[in-house]
Amino acid sequence: MAILGALNPMLTVGLDAASDSAWRLDAYVKRGGYAALKKILAEKTPPEQVTAEVKKSFLRGRGGAGFPTGLKWSFMPKAYAGDKYVVCNSDEGEPGTFKDRDLLLFNPHSVIEGMIIAGYAMGAGCGYNYIHGEVWAVYTRFEEALAEAAAAGLLGKNILGSGFDFQLFAHHGYGAYICGEETALLESIEGKKGQPRYKPPFPASFGLYGKPTTINNTETFAAVPFIINMGGDAYLETGKPNNGGTKLFSVSGHVNKPGNYEVPLGTPFSTLLEMAGGMRGGRQLKACIPGGSSAPVLPGTIMMDCTMDYDSIAKAGSMLGSGAVIVMDETTCMVKALERLSYFYYEESCGQCTPCREGTNWMYRIISRIEHAQGRPDDLDLLTSMTPNIMGRTICALGDAAAMPVQSFVKHFRDEFAYHIENKKCLVPPDVQRAGSGFFKATV
Amino acid sequence: MLTTESQKKIDREIAKYPDGQQQSAVMAALAIAQEEQGWLSSEAIEAVANYLGMAPIAAYEVASFYTMYDLKPVGKYKLTVCTNLPCMLSGAVDAGEYLKQKLGIGYDETTADGKFTLKQGECMGACGDAPVMLLNNRRMCSSMLPEQIDKLLSELE
Repeated sequence: MAILGALNPMLTVGLDAASDSAWRLDAYVKRGGYAALKKILAEKTPPEQVTAEVKKSFLRGRGGAGFPTGLKWSFMPKAYAGDKYVVCNSDEGEPGTFKDRDLLLFNPHSVIEGMIIAGYAMGAGCGYNYIHGEVWAVYTRFEEALAEAAAAGLLGKNILGSGFDFQLFAHHGYGAYICGEETALLESIEGKKGQPRYKPPFPASFGLYGKPTTINNTETFAAVPFIINMGGDAYLETGKPNNGGTKLFSVSGHVNKPGNYEVPLGTPFSTLLEMAGGMRGGRQLKACIPGGSSAPVLPGTIMMDCTMDYDSIAKAGSMLGSGAVIVMDETTCMVKALERLSYFYYEESCGQCTPCREGTNWMYRIISRIEHAQGRPDDLDLLTSMTPNIMGRTICALGDAAAMPVQSFVKHFRDEFAYHIENKKCLVPPDVQRAGSGFFKATV
Repeated sequence: MLTTESQKKIDREIAKYPDGQQQSAVMAALAIAQEEQGWLSSEAIEAVANYLGMAPIAAYEVASFYTMYDLKPVGKYKLTVCTNLPCMLSGAVDAGEYLKQKLGIGYDETTADGKFTLKQGECMGACGDAPVMLLNNRRMCSSMLPEQIDKLLSELE
């Protein structure tokens, strides 16, 4: 299990990876699961009141953008007579992020309950959970959990005799980072290439099959039952103002205990780092990407002064994103790190928009030649001049996501890039880099 | 072309979507066809398209867009190594090199006996367990240090 620690947790309470029963319906109900749904159905809570409670909680989208969830729900047309959809984005492929996998494996019913409540609040009768193709065990388990919920009368027609109908299905991806973009995800559910749509129209007016649709992240849905149970105000108080609740942080890279940690928003980064066992080998923190590979990198010294919430990380010049904290110590070559990230965006660009399709490839080639001792003196200026011509000039945010690492790596570690170009080698010797990864420790 | 068993599985997928939206099942159907035949030939893609009542080119667009579909034959065991940054920081690039050496092949190559294909993959959403690799699109292998890689290879007959 990769949920390794928590401070005042909600989402991960009572989970047990070693047990084959802790994720099941019975255990979830024993933990207080489905109480929120039952309460709403029994009290016939007006749907707009459910949305109002979510608004009050200041729950912000856990997938990366941090958009207020209640506000998003309120965009769905109320009077619309036809089908409406609720879609869960579990296409977790942002390098550094692995929280939704664990939530779905160890607490799938929290996501199911959150989606049913969302359907009730927005008057949607059908939902899909789009699950990353690479995590097949998650897909099969979610299907099992759906079957349990349906057998217990929690899904389907006339849920618990309330007259409310809600169907929920799992859809798997098959290897495309871009499908984490919500309109690409909808195209993918429709059985097409995952290429993002122009917006507007936004999914709330033209979504899946052209019907009003709301897409939220897995962890966002999982938080909803807690908000209903404790009330929006109390949920907000567990975080900090404008940053309601707890959040799962996926900590990876050069730490002793990489894994998921649930902490209240506003927890100091230093506390999170300590929970993750501190730096591997007691080495120095060099840099950290606080919110998944698309978020700008921050030097270690800046990072150590941050608290883990949307506002603090934004103020420091990055993004909390999906809560994927990639930790890099002094053995990291920043050029090599950026080379790998820029290859990723080149590989995953869907090819629809020229600035992204051509720009990601061009950036990768420049960074790669710097890494491989072919760098040219004006390469850094070239890179910095390219990024504004990609950002904001594409249909979706992948262009921005590809440009932000380049911009921030060159900005904060310019000397290291310049050293590479001048001296045709890494500032960090290759054997030091190798030792840092720890792979050969077992044999050497 | 598709076995009755595969058709049954595809029917179950079609039932998830509204009437007339059976194209939504194409991703699952292609995965099922690939599981049945080991890879996706043009004939297999066409069979899936025909079964779902969509243009073969539309099914081909899907098959060629998503990286887990194999449009060429692969070995009995396909190993996809994530070498993205978080995994790289924990030894994934070295893990890939170790595998190349052990199997005597590079990325996107298959051993002469048709047993192993090696691929470089992108983020699998399991960075905390790095180095990670995916076996035949289904089994996630975690914390793959030399000893674990040796053990895995010896298990695969």
